[in-house]
Amino acid sequence: MHLAYPAVLSALLFSTGLYGVLARRNAILVLMSVELMLNAVNLNLVAFDVWLSRTTRETLHSGQALTLFTIAIAAAEIGIGLAIVLAVHRNRGTADIDKLRDTAEPNGPDEATLTEDEKAEATA
Amino acid sequence: MTTTTLAVLVPLLPFLGAAAGLLLGRTAPGFVRPLAVLPPLTALVLAVVVAVRQGGDRAVDAATELTPTGSVPVELALHIDGFAALVAVLVALVATCVQIYSTGYLRDDPRYPSYAALVSLFTSAMLLVVYSGDLMVLLVGWEIMGICSYFLVGHYWETPEARAASLKAFLVTKLGDVPFLIGLFALATDAGSFRITKILGTVASGGLDHPTLVALLLLAGVAGKSAQFPLHTWLPDAMAGPTPVSALIHAATMVAAGVYFIARLLPVFAASSAALVVLAVMAAVTMAGSALAALAQDDIKRVLAYSTIGQLGYMTGALAVGDRGAAVFHLLTHGAFKALLFLAAGVIIHASGTNSLAAMSRMGNLRARIPDAYWTMTVALLALAAIPPFSGFFSKESALGAAEHVVTGHAEGIPGAAGWIVLVAGLVSALLTAAYATRLWVLAFRGRGADAPDHGRQPIAMTAVLWVLAVPSLALGGLAYGRLPDWFDGHDLTPTLTTSVLGTGMALVGGLVTYGAWRQTTALAARVPLGAVAAHPDADGGLVEAEAIATHTPAYGDMAGAPDPADPGRLLLGPLHRHAAVGFHLDALYTTLFVRPVQAGATLVRFLDREVVDTYVRGAGAVPRLLGSAVRRAQTGNVQTYVSALLAGTVVLVVAVLLVAAGA
Repeated sequence: MHLAYPAVLSALLFSTGLYGVLARRNAILVLMSVELMLNAVNLNLVAFDVWLSRTTRETLHSGQALTLFTIAIAAAEIGIGLAIVLAVHRNRGTADIDKLRDTAEPNGPDEATLTEDEKAEATA
Repeated sequence: MTTTTLAVLVPLLPFLGAAAGLLLGRTAPGFVRPLAVLPPLTALVLAVVVAVRQGGDRAVDAATELTPTGSVPVELALHIDGFAALVAVLVALVATCVQIYSTGYLRDDPRYPSYAALVSLFTSAMLLVVYSGDLMVLLVGWEIMGICSYFLVGHYWETPEARAASLKAFLVTKLGDVPFLIGLFALATDAGSFRITKILGTVASGGLDHPTLVALLLLAGVAGKSAQFPLHTWLPDAMAGPTPVSALIHAATMVAAGVYFIARLLPVFAASSAALVVLAVMAAVTMAGSALAALAQDDIKRVLAYSTIGQLGYMTGALAVGDRGAAVFHLLTHGAFKALLFLAAGVIIHASGTNSLAAMSRMGNLRARIPDAYWTMTVALLALAAIPPFSGFFSKESALGAAEHVVTGHAEGIPGAAGWIVLVAGLVSALLTAAYATRLWVLAFRGRGADAPDHGRQPIAMTAVLWVLAVPSLALGGLAYGRLPDWFDGHDLTPTLTTSVLGTGMALVGGLVTYGAWRQTTALAARVPLGAVAAHPDADGGLVEAEAIATHTPAYGDMAGAPDPADPGRLLLGPLHRHAAVGFHLDALYTTLFVRPVQAGATLVRFLDREVVDTYVRGAGAVPRLLGSAVRRAQTGNVQTYVSALLAGTVVLVVAVLLVAAGA
């Protein structure tokens, strides 16, 4: 099998995952998209590992070993991610990423008070 | 003990007294008075012993070098000749009198301990100047005196007059001290040493490269310290200090330091005839101008201050004609009678509750209230006016005689012009001196009007020292003029007939004319009531004086003069009176020439600092803050935006890497 097929497939998978991460609003779907991206990488790793082992005498199969690592880490990641999403949903009643903006920089009058504080700090 | 050990102890004792007084003043108030009086008294005894042992013979020289200082060595050196021995006795005598007097005059003053310690420190510094044989050590004493003068003039720092006067005294004398320091360096570079003996040796062998320049630079410092024209303006204002301080610092000792300094280094000045002529012109302007100004002052202490300037002018005049014996002779007698005049003036101010002559001339019977001050002041004024046989006569005539010597061509190396300038100015000033002395006397003691208030007898500490000082004022000149040449250079100090007759005649004319003018004007006094009296006339002398000074400006509209038509000085001076009362507008001139530009410069610097420099500083802070707030706007809280930015950055980096790889 030519290397182009798995490479194109993984590029498509990665792009789909990237689109999902950037565009989806539901946190669970974003996590799923992340999984897609990870699996695209896994596919690449396996394909190139096979390709490399065919051309040279590479016998360690480090690409496949790394894939196993990635799968294990992805499992852990999705476990923690889903637990966080579950906790946020319990607290807020929503898992919409657009509404979870607590780390945003406050605008308007808040900024003015902040600079006042900074001034006081600077003079003190 | 050797003479050297004794001489070292003379400046050291008052210094230790000052240190102890400053340390113990708060914790042990009982020791303050003994610590103030005993060290100067012991120093006086030791100074007398030193003078007797020295006896006008060869100078006592001793030196030790503590550590090598680089180029020109600085040594702790003593050089005690006849001049030093006698001047030290005078300084210690006046300092002792002033300390005793102050125990009465400032008996209730809360700051008496620090005051007494500063007076002791001052005494020690002056004795150091007198005995020192090394110009750098002399300069140390010179500057300590300057700072002590600043503190003591500002003793009543609650009053704005005292604050302004202390600053002015310090700044003006420092203005002279800068060229003085440069002059000392120039002199030491030429001579290769700061030792007075070596410098005089260099001068004698003609090794001085720039005598005129050095002499003129030194002259600036002397003019500042000895209150000679044009740096004399601080002295009349310095009268805002307590009277004993005026007596010690601004009459008898510190202002005499400049004269004494020239006397020590006279060969340096005599090496340049230009410097001598400048000195003579300075002395002449000082003498005549200050005598005219004294005639127009209303504050009794300002009259005495101007008369001090004038008498110092006589001394510099004698130096300008190359006779340092006459100058130091006048320094000695003047120190005695001027200290007496000031101390007696303090008693008068205390008794009458005012420092204004106009107010005193409307008080009857003042002389019966303070007979001690009346009699001693009469003696001192007669000495000031140079009436024979009082001591001022002999010393002043010796100065005039020296000038006549030069005029008649008996002195070598002294320009005749200097002689003429000093002689003419001296004779004119003799007339004016007698005039203002008479005016002071008639206004203070011959007043008519309501009786002076009765505050009981003055403290014995104050009146006793008046009589002590009256003795040298009366007899020092007559007894000493025959013997002093042995102590000094050997120039004859006997009054010559011509100048004696001329000088005494001038003085008599001045006195009689003033008396006549007073007879004319005194009738007006009753018609124009004047006079402001201190609020607490029963307090100690220091407080009464401070209040009197503070009330003078509100009462008369001026610190120096008073609108008194009964003043004989007004009749005598005519249209000149207005200008003389303000010291011939020199203060206004200096304000325009120096004070205003300096203030304008200060305003400019303030503007530059606040508006220009600070703008950069504020800008340096504001630009990062602006950038920071712009960057903070990117923090939307939406993770997807962040990831988008991450992606965009990655893409840009990848493209860049590809381009570089392809380009390479």
